[in-house]
Amino acid sequence: MSKKRIIVVGNGMVGHNFIDTLANAECASQFDIITFAEEARLAYDRVQLSKYFSGASAEDLALTTEADYQKQGIIYTLNEKVVAIDSHAKTVTTASGRVEGYDKLVLATGSFPFVPPIPGKDQDHCLVYRTIEDLEAISASAAVSKTGVVVGGGLLGLEAANALKQAGLETHVVEFAPRLMAVQLDEGGGKLLRRKIEELGVSVHTEKATTEIVAGEECRYRMNFADGSFLETDMILFSAGIRPQDELARQFGLDVGERGGIVINDYCQTSEADIYAIGECALWDNKIYGLVAPGYQMAKVAIEHIVSSLLTHEEPAASFQGADMSTKLKLLGVDVASIGDAHGHTAGSQSYVFNDDVEQVYKRLIVSADGKKLVGAVLVGDVEAYGTLLQLKLNDMDIPGNPANLILPVSDGSEPVGLGVSALPETAQICSCYDVSKGDIANAVQGGCCSMGDIKDATKASTGCGGCAALVKQVMDAELTALGVEVNNNLCEHFAFTRAELADIVRVKGYTTFSELLENHGSGHGCEICKPTIGSILASFNNEYVLKDELISLQDTNDIFLGNMQKDGTYSIVPRIAGGEITPEKLIVLGEVAKEYDLYTKITGGQRIDLFGAQLHQLPDIWKKLVDAGFETGHAYGKSLRTVKSCVGSTWCRYGVLDSVSMAIALENRYKGLRAPHKIKFAVSGCTRECAEAQGKDIGVIATENGWNLYVCGNGGMRPRHADLFATDLDDETLVKYIDRVLMFYVRTADRLQRTSVWMENLEGGLDYLKDVVINDKLGICDELEAGMTKVVDTYQCEWKTTIETPEKLKRFSHYINATDEDNNLLYVRERGQRRPATEQERIELVNLETAAD
Amino acid sequence: MTTWISVCNLSDIDPDTGVCALLNGEQVALFRWGNSDTVYAINNFDPFGKANVLSRGLIGSVGERPVVASPLYKQHFDLSTGECLEDTEKSIKVYPVRVEAGVVALGAA
Ligand SMILES: Cc1cc2nc3c(=O)[nH]c(=O)nc-3n(C[C@H](O)[C@H](O)[C@H](O)COP(=O)(O)OP(=O)(O)OC[C@H]3O[C@@H](n4cnc5c(N)ncnc54)[C@H](O)[C@@H]3O)c2cc1C
Repeated sequence: MSKKRIIVVGNGMVGHNFIDTLANAECASQFDIITFAEEARLAYDRVQLSKYFSGASAEDLALTTEADYQKQGIIYTLNEKVVAIDSHAKTVTTASGRVEGYDKLVLATGSFPFVPPIPGKDQDHCLVYRTIEDLEAISASAAVSKTGVVVGGGLLGLEAANALKQAGLETHVVEFAPRLMAVQLDEGGGKLLRRKIEELGVSVHTEKATTEIVAGEECRYRMNFADGSFLETDMILFSAGIRPQDELARQFGLDVGERGGIVINDYCQTSEADIYAIGECALWDNKIYGLVAPGYQMAKVAIEHIVSSLLTHEEPAASFQGADMSTKLKLLGVDVASIGDAHGHTAGSQSYVFNDDVEQVYKRLIVSADGKKLVGAVLVGDVEAYGTLLQLKLNDMDIPGNPANLILPVSDGSEPVGLGVSALPETAQICSCYDVSKGDIANAVQGGCCSMGDIKDATKASTGCGGCAALVKQVMDAELTALGVEVNNNLCEHFAFTRAELADIVRVKGYTTFSELLENHGSGHGCEICKPTIGSILASFNNEYVLKDELISLQDTNDIFLGNMQKDGTYSIVPRIAGGEITPEKLIVLGEVAKEYDLYTKITGGQRIDLFGAQLHQLPDIWKKLVDAGFETGHAYGKSLRTVKSCVGSTWCRYGVLDSVSMAIALENRYKGLRAPHKIKFAVSGCTRECAEAQGKDIGVIATENGWNLYVCGNGGMRPRHADLFATDLDDETLVKYIDRVLMFYVRTADRLQRTSVWMENLEGGLDYLKDVVINDKLGICDELEAGMTKVVDTYQCEWKTTIETPEKLKRFSHYINATDEDNNLLYVRERGQRRPATEQERIELVNLETAAD
Repeated sequence: MTTWISVCNLSDIDPDTGVCALLNGEQVALFRWGNSDTVYAINNFDPFGKANVLSRGLIGSVGERPVVASPLYKQHFDLSTGECLEDTEKSIKVYPVRVEAGVVALGAA
């Protein structure tokens, strides 16, 4: 049987989701998938488009790559618009004249921005906000403008206003309706949003109908309004709604709605059974869905229908039944949420309103006539209740107790009224971006997932907008508890506390030794888990010499001899080479030492030099030579800051914008010696070419024209993760301040051996929460975090220098306590001019040789 | 009859750490339990990592049993019996040991 041909017109978010899902389906081998993209690149994350202005590149936004498509055998053509459909011959024709036949055709053409027919709207600096190219045009225009106007005060318009404001423009929003976000918000919510936005310096003009755009006097343009007033501006951004891209359907005989949109049935079929429409171009039950989640649902439904109609001929299980349009987002830094019938249009509905002008919080709850069910809600300024309210609405549950409690502020100490996750039905949708239900999460837990990271990998839940993270964690914890997996975060059998709790105890009680903790808060004798963990906590608060009498027994394999133990019990030595910068003199010293002790020498991934094969008794001699030559310990043995990698930066590089080497050295010298739950790596790149690979590090710093961009919580290794953009355009001082806070917060609250990435993923609220804590000082602890870091920085010592200057500490550095012999079990062979431990087989041969020679 | 061979002073072993002693060509790991004069002696060879390193492991308790965790791959060995908690097949030899007048001595057969 020949393969079935599926053609997808449009490679936007939904078209790509369709392709990706189909290509990963069991029956994928039965299909040839062909897609035409009008844009110059494959699908990217339009939802996150605004991140482009805060430094994200087109690659960062990409949802896939050409290599991935090629690997999956998907045939794609970029910059190629489909211009005709012949539904009888079942072919499409492209702008360049290609004709391709299909078995099933999927239209995923999205929508386009609506520009009101105002005279003068087609001038150079009149722009829209939909594609990466649009954003490039906006950046270019902003660079030569002082003032910008956004036409349209809806969701997208406000996002666009934020972009203009960030670009440094005096920003105005012009709205035809009497309030902002008229679709999602009621009057009270709109009013508060306006007040907050105006306080941020964006001027809002409501009830303004633009009649024409003419040349300005002060600025490039003047917008004249119907009421006789006017506004001068250098650029105009239209964000007055979207229109479904239904051109093909109109021209080639498919049914379209009165006000646009390709009509589809519950299986996403258009009026032609073999042609489907999904995403923003589709009109279902006379509704267009301008969000990505419903589009993904349509993609899923269409795939099931296509598979059943072409292959299995079974009744398709899924059908499209409409979608919830509730939203929660941050606009210009203001939290806004809207659920269900936000305007109270439902017959007989009643409202509860909470308004706090002082704290600037507005909440409205709309309930059914009998007061039992939630119909809708509007939240501005405090959206904490969103998760609970949304679930009540989606699952049509009875409101527990007095509805007013759902929006009233919580008095001190008492728990917010939430809805136990156990009350949710199995089918409750927890993650709307990826349509993950409570049952899906429960199954994942039953399949062995027990951390947020696991759940994300297994279900994709909370990897889209991330708004459901807190709820996902609650469901996961509840399920773990139900399975009898005691959600036991105890460090080990000796301490019934988490690492974070122990850190709190140490901080509050001011303990300086393990025995104080064990005596007052633990049991037994300790073990290889709690001892190093507490050693690390003590070090991050007190930063004492780790081989001090009371601390020495807490040090793990490597720390206890300040070296990295290798498989044969010898050690490797890694002196600090801050920022990867080293003088020829020092390089020669390393070479001489390595030669003298016959150490295997290798360059590390962190731009330093690792010398292998030193025996315990040799360590002090070797380090004496290194310290005398000006080297310090590199802490390669510790769960601590390792390296700050750098590119050469503006001092030599033709493209460098800032001096990345100096910054890397300054950062490495600041944080060297900081003990943490896991090793920490940094990198600093001197321009956005990113040669230092900073986005793969716990802390990444990238120079831009306007300062430093800070990335946090990335890592390489087993489960690589790109770091998240945390703050942009920072000066040196702010950069260091933020890093101090992030690191100290991590050191104090992370679990044992938890890398920054997993730590952040497990923080309820994730990246946004971390920003709130670090940038807005939500918890009021930033002073303390900074003070903690200052103490660590001020008490730094090179542990090897201290050790070689303390004779009684050197006693331990010998293989035998009662002899000066060397370990007789070490055997080496030479390879490429250096030595390495003999393999098992080689050992047998070597030992036989020796005995034969005796 | 056991012959006792002195190998070091008790004060040579930091509380809760180990050292390695050479006894007639055998490597013996000695551990001092806390600040006390209880000392344990087991063979120094790690049968998993195949290296002479056990004296450099961290000691602690599993339930009531005193143990050392191998510094290489963290298997536990009972300090008083030599039994490996993860795999009894890989248990190791223990040595008679005594502390008298601040001197640690091993019993040679
Ligand atoms: C700035 C911004 C912020 C947003 N924020 C959110 C949000 O927070 N939450 C949310 O849910 N949604 C948000 N959205 C909406 C979301 O991006 C859309 O719902 C989603 O992109 C729709 O996907 P789609 O595939 O239907 O359309 P698109 O992503 O627009 O893709 C359609 C593609 O088809 C191509 N095309 C059209 N006609 C043809 C043709 N004839 N031949 C070939 N190719 C063609 C187009 O060039 C386009 O690339 C936002 C949108 C924007 C612009």
